[in-house]
Amino acid sequence: MDKKIILRSLLVVATLVGITVLQMCKPQAPASVSGSDAAVKAYVPPGQYDEFYNLVSGGFSGQMSVYGLPSGRLFRVIPVFSEDPTTGYGYSEETKAMLNTSHGYVPWDDLHHPAISTTNGEHDGRWVFGNANNTPRVARIDLKTFRTSEIIELPNSGGNHSSPFITENTEYVVAGTRFSVPVGDKTDVPISTFKENFKGYISFISVDPKDGKMNIAFQLKTPGVSFDLARAGKGPSHGWFFFSCYNTEQAYTLLEVNASQKDKDFIMAVNWKKAEEYIAQGKGEKVKARYARNRYDESTHTATSEMLTEVLQLDPAVLKDIIYFIPCPKSPHGCDTDPSGEYIVGSGKLAALIPVFSFTKIQQAIANKDFEGEFAGIPVIKYESALHGEVKKPGLGPLHTEFDANGNAYTSFFVSSEIVKWNVKSLEVLDRVPTYYSIGHLCVPGGPTRKPHGKYVIAYNKITKDRYLPTGPELTQSAQIYDITGDKMKLILDFPTIGEPHYAEAIPASLIMPQSTKIFKIEENNHPYVAKGEGQAKVERKGNEVHVYMTAIRSHLTPDNIEGVRVGDEVYFHVTNLEQDWDVPHGFAIKGAANAELLIMPGETATLKWKPLSVGVYPFYCTDFCSALHQEMQGYIRISPAGSNVPLKYSTGKTDDTAAGAGR
Amino acid sequence: MKYVYVCGIALLSLASCAPDKGKNAEEYPDATPKANPVEEAMTDPTKGIGAVKNVTLHTPLEQDRIKRGLAIYEMKCSACHKLTDQRVVGPGWAGLTKTRKPEWIMNMITNVDVMLEKDPEAQKLLELCLTRMPNQNVSIGDARDILEFMRQNDGEK
Repeated sequence: MDKKIILRSLLVVATLVGITVLQMCKPQAPASVSGSDAAVKAYVPPGQYDEFYNLVSGGFSGQMSVYGLPSGRLFRVIPVFSEDPTTGYGYSEETKAMLNTSHGYVPWDDLHHPAISTTNGEHDGRWVFGNANNTPRVARIDLKTFRTSEIIELPNSGGNHSSPFITENTEYVVAGTRFSVPVGDKTDVPISTFKENFKGYISFISVDPKDGKMNIAFQLKTPGVSFDLARAGKGPSHGWFFFSCYNTEQAYTLLEVNASQKDKDFIMAVNWKKAEEYIAQGKGEKVKARYARNRYDESTHTATSEMLTEVLQLDPAVLKDIIYFIPCPKSPHGCDTDPSGEYIVGSGKLAALIPVFSFTKIQQAIANKDFEGEFAGIPVIKYESALHGEVKKPGLGPLHTEFDANGNAYTSFFVSSEIVKWNVKSLEVLDRVPTYYSIGHLCVPGGPTRKPHGKYVIAYNKITKDRYLPTGPELTQSAQIYDITGDKMKLILDFPTIGEPHYAEAIPASLIMPQSTKIFKIEENNHPYVAKGEGQAKVERKGNEVHVYMTAIRSHLTPDNIEGVRVGDEVYFHVTNLEQDWDVPHGFAIKGAANAELLIMPGETATLKWKPLSVGVYPFYCTDFCSALHQEMQGYIRISPAGSNVPLKYSTGKTDDTAAGAGR
Repeated sequence: MKYVYVCGIALLSLASCAPDKGKNAEEYPDATPKANPVEEAMTDPTKGIGAVKNVTLHTPLEQDRIKRGLAIYEMKCSACHKLTDQRVVGPGWAGLTKTRKPEWIMNMITNVDVMLEKDPEAQKLLELCLTRMPNQNVSIGDARDILEFMRQNDGEK
């Protein structure tokens, strides 16, 4: 090797070491595990339950995953915004409508943030919401079935990142756009006309307290900036919502540089009760829009999609007192309200301090008109007037803050890869632990609610590098659990995650477990193609459509011999699982189908569409090992040439050729 | 005495495994566990194990029950049980009410997991069929309707 190169490399290494030493916030040592009792704290013996459900965003997988805490065991991946061939989500006739949008069927998205529904600011265990970051949508998942019940699209949004944060009683789920975009009739405009034509929109989605059904109640038209994250007020600040905004420079290229010019961007405070008053006075404007709303009906086991055409908008530049800006240092990312509702923590991702704002002081500043000016017609409150205080030198690159029940905050630091614990009132740093590596969000069970459950803080890391056995260039992301019951945070477990974990919430198992659905009652199955019992199994031809009403029970499919179907037909297998016992799904797959499988839960009906392309006898079978005779759970369908006159015929257990048949 | 006490607890916990009885508990008070269910179960093991202790049969058959029983049979049972004596997945039903006590039949329907675990007759059937009879979430009242339908199937009037 060339000596010069070696020397140069050494110099680079030396410089890096120097930098590392200078940055005292860097993690001290890699890979070291904490105390010897760590394993015991994360250990849940076989057959015992975890204390918490951890609902973790799947990031670019588009799904949401369900883990147990403190064991880190993965229980389930809930299909939300991406197709899932395993369960047939997005493939079965019943679920295709869930992924419909104004752009047509969209098979993938990027889910960043779960938000568990609350009542009086406390977890109620009814639903968890999730955002689609790419094609802007919000999903509602039912925590009885752990299935996606509803997805609503967001018009006038360019990327739904600042979402789906919720108000204290789940009155609203919010959706703030990450990209401002041109809207209305003027959408074909030069990108360079950003300041003039691009607008940011915040949607307030109402949630029906009875059944959770979502509807866009109103949108706020805001200046063209980027909304990042948000939190609702609670307790005394209930009625307000706080959004972090960046790119107040209104850059439209090389944002890395151009959106990082100003010393301060904003936290936007929204008085949504005021917005409701204006709407009650008829001051909202109904604007044309086009967006899909997809709902899954548990009685028909079928989703339907409707296209909505109108949205109610308010313009806070005209309708005063709805929004105010509060300056916040350096591209604020996290914007978190503490359990008391008094303090709002802004985390400038390029800042070296954490500002903590006081709701009381914000209200005083508004009352006294203590403004430093306006931004696009919206008053900007003086920084000092809103400020409770700053956490000095906490670390590098603060992102997100969660809270425990004892007045402490836990902030993640991406650049310095650590969690820092500090006291919300005194602003004093109490403890810090390294994470491996590059933590994004973090989660304290109940951390965003009025009553945090505490006990653990979980780090969700972007980079794992040397933490696990390597799997080629693409490595797993990870979570790390720290025990926070003592003064010092203690790392007790690493576990890999699916997709990229962004935010996560954790909720006591006791709030979810007792209400978990075990079966769908066959008596209550209102699917149009249900076969409630084998007597109703049949095959019907309607032109070139063939509908197979099939039943599945351990261990046979009825009918399991079908003839008289032709090339050019479209075959619909409507499979009803007749089982009424917990944990007995059946599967269905057929050779050559350009489709996925079906997984059918007890009492459910699901439909697989299949277009046979060539003549032959095609096998089909149950894909989910259901009994000792699972391997026998199979059948045949005969496909004859187009125009063939083979009569339509179907049976189970009939043997025409007595020499070959079993039984009697 | 100790033995009786232990059995009592076991039976009580078994009874609590039975499906929700709802309205049926009132309609058939004799189907609910009595104050001291131990002796009954001990004295007559041919009645099986479960919440059904004593069933009163009426003649002539109750037509409403038969109608409901048939509907439940078609939805939840017919996939495995034929009405003849032919065994498919499970045994055919013909003659069943002549060879089994009504209580045994209803306990088998409503408390199948415990029956397969503990009842010698149920275990013999499992050895024969090799497919565990599933819990089809049938209430005690519904099981009584099925029983009436079985009686009709066996030629009773």
